[in-house]
Amino acid sequence: MDPVSILLGGFASGMVLFIVSVGLSVTMGLMGFVNLAHGGFAMLGGYVIVLAMKHWGFSFLPSLALAFVAVALFAVVLERLLYVRLYRASELDQVLFTIGLVFVMTAAVTLGVGPETQVVQLPDWLRGQSDLGFIKYRTYSLALIAAGTALVIALWLGFERTRFGARIRAAVDNRRMAQSLGMDVGRLFAVTFAIGSGLAAVGGGLGAEILGLDPNYPLRYLVYFLIVVSVGGLGRVTGVFFAALLIGVLDFVFKIYFPKGGTIFIYVLTLILLLWRPQGIFGKRGA
Amino acid sequence: MSAATQLARRHRFRWWELLPWAAGIAVFFVFPNYLSFATQVLITILFALSLDLVLGYAGIVTLGHAAFFGAGAYTVGMMAMHWGWNEPISGLLAAALVAGAIGLASGLVLLRTHGLTLLMLTLCTMTLLEQAANMGAAWTGGFDGMPGLSFAKILGLFGFDALYFRSQYLYALAVLFLCFVIQRMLVYSSFGQSLTGIRENLLRMHAVGAPVRARQVLAYTVSAALAGVAGALFTQANGYVNLAVLGLERSAGVMIVLILGGYGRLYGAFVGATAYMVLEHVLAKAYPTAWQLGLGLTLVAVALFARNGIIGIVDSLRRRLAGSAR
Amino acid sequence: MLETKGLCRSFGALEVAREIDFRLERGARHALIGPNGAGKTTFVNLLTGVLPPSRGNVLLEGEDVTTFAQAKRVKRGIARTFQINQLFRGLTVQENVCIAVSERLGVGGSMLRPAGKRADVIEEASRLIGMLKLGEDAGRRIVELPYGRQRLVEIAIALGLNPRVLLLDEPAAGIPSAESYILLDAIATLPKDIAVLIIEHDMDLVFRFAKRITVLVSGAIFAEGTPTEIAANREVRSVYLGSALDA
Repeated sequence: MDPVSILLGGFASGMVLFIVSVGLSVTMGLMGFVNLAHGGFAMLGGYVIVLAMKHWGFSFLPSLALAFVAVALFAVVLERLLYVRLYRASELDQVLFTIGLVFVMTAAVTLGVGPETQVVQLPDWLRGQSDLGFIKYRTYSLALIAAGTALVIALWLGFERTRFGARIRAAVDNRRMAQSLGMDVGRLFAVTFAIGSGLAAVGGGLGAEILGLDPNYPLRYLVYFLIVVSVGGLGRVTGVFFAALLIGVLDFVFKIYFPKGGTIFIYVLTLILLLWRPQGIFGKRGA
Repeated sequence: MSAATQLARRHRFRWWELLPWAAGIAVFFVFPNYLSFATQVLITILFALSLDLVLGYAGIVTLGHAAFFGAGAYTVGMMAMHWGWNEPISGLLAAALVAGAIGLASGLVLLRTHGLTLLMLTLCTMTLLEQAANMGAAWTGGFDGMPGLSFAKILGLFGFDALYFRSQYLYALAVLFLCFVIQRMLVYSSFGQSLTGIRENLLRMHAVGAPVRARQVLAYTVSAALAGVAGALFTQANGYVNLAVLGLERSAGVMIVLILGGYGRLYGAFVGATAYMVLEHVLAKAYPTAWQLGLGLTLVAVALFARNGIIGIVDSLRRRLAGSAR
Repeated sequence: MLETKGLCRSFGALEVAREIDFRLERGARHALIGPNGAGKTTFVNLLTGVLPPSRGNVLLEGEDVTTFAQAKRVKRGIARTFQINQLFRGLTVQENVCIAVSERLGVGGSMLRPAGKRADVIEEASRLIGMLKLGEDAGRRIVELPYGRQRLVEIAIALGLNPRVLLLDEPAAGIPSAESYILLDAIATLPKDIAVLIIEHDMDLVFRFAKRITVLVSGAIFAEGTPTEIAANREVRSVYLGSALDA
């Protein structure tokens, strides 16, 4: 396979990882909360999209929108009712709670829909190949790359140019000071958590072709999401972006050249990277 | 009783500490057809005990403890398959050594971090070993593992009984007892007390001059060795080893077992493992998805309301009764 | 005994310690005062190794301890209390003090012998607990105690480390004034050659305890001298003491 195809393929996977993980990075950086259930929101989004398209007659893009809104609302409810009680709790309690939540989500989906892998039917305009001039490549992958790039730009602008974004950045940098400045941190958390989970939902659906979609999705990809978030640096959108691309490309390459467990290099790399810079490539030292 | 006397007597044996062992022996006679299951419970208790040392006492949150269980399991498996060495007791020791060495190496390196980074790295280390086991099929049997292992007689006298698990059960019980004695000694020593200090207030431990990192690494290493023994027991008792001894499911599983019973308490592992596995045995077979749902809800409830597990609930009940009796 | 030379510390553009040359003599009864935000706790953090300096040195009896970690400085004889209690909250008072004494006696890492069999540790801890009038609370967990009593445990731990230099960060804060004598009595029993530095806002306590006072303002030493000199110093009065002294 030629290098450009490899890069494009890797970037496409990376974009999916990015779209799913960016919410996790921001909420973990913002709330300091170890949310192992984040993959669950991605899975729920995927399932909403599948159901919307198969049973409720939605077409592709409206399904994405529905998934975003539905999961975001669900996330807000969970956050205000349950998550909020554990913000001051120990790391162990947070791990326990979110693992339990994953189990509940997985079981609910199995009971409600079934244990089989679900397929997201791509619309016609995303199928086939596109001619970019220098290369012909899968339209779907190119669309993923475009979507991911658009998202990172939009998020970057949102963080750097809006007041809301500034508040998030401030609270990520120093939560206590932000609170003492009178920021309504509670509302900030809720909105950020909602958007982050909504994005994960969209990512879960968009990435169904690449990552698959079945009840075990959250636990299977937990390590990858955590790697992307840790390596990128908590709360750093650009950090998550580049980390996701890196992991996406590496994973793609290893699957081709070392199909039987080449992903081991990703873990080795992560180990070395995090030991050298525990705060991630882009993270701030000394949280 | 004055506080000083209370502290001075804390390590003394109480009569009810014999109960678990009496029950263990009773099971041998009362449930002769369930000894295979009972052996799994014993192995889980030992694994949970090892996790308690590092999680319950030292406060190190790890999702990768199965790395050491797997290391012990595969050590025994590989020794039996490739070198024809299947003497059980030396197998246990070898497993403890290998797992302990991995624990020491990874502890020295990982425990320089904390929080999410540490959690992440423990997960990474374990997944790395899992992938290595998957890749090294020539050594480890890859995805299918190594089935059909047989082991020599324990002490040359007691053969492994694949059908009824009689000698396996007593063997596991004896090993558990020895390991428990070690754990109990550690917990009640000054070292154990300092681990609790590290868990309760890291800054304070530094500020009293304790060599915090060294203590953490030591706890991590001993815990890894004990987990390795549990893994070795698994391979020896069951006669096979495969990738399921590693991985998130096993790590999360043992953590759940420990929390449900009560972490940071000597007998939490006993209570948690027995309760969980009995319930799982009864319910999960019949309704696997409902079991997962129930388990998830239980974990959420425990995290919110009962973070000290069953023993914690019993404790607070006792305290409330004592309070109302005054 | 404890000395700093040109000690500086900044966080980006914010200088929290500026060229601090400080001497704590053997047997000193020294108080460090200053307005809020002057950098007093930061200074103690620099002395104890919680915070590394941007520039400058910390010397203990001539030995340069600037690069030493917290625990190592404790082993060399520097002990401190924290402005906000740092205790082992789930453990009892007895256990809290025992942990400190165990570390001091070097048996904290012992794995074989039960902690309960270390009579020397337990007795020493009981002695300190008695000295701080915590006897009847010895068996209670920290979380069950009122804040003022917790503060006394904080002191007991520091004393249990048998330090050569004792740094107390607002030790009386939170202790009801009726019980503050316990604190002063405990300090009075300390061996005469131990150096004690107190950060305090309670001027009553400061003037009863201190033989020397240093005033810190905006990270730099503003004035230093005997209590009488400081009380008479008009600049100090205007910057900090104000009406508190006229009262």
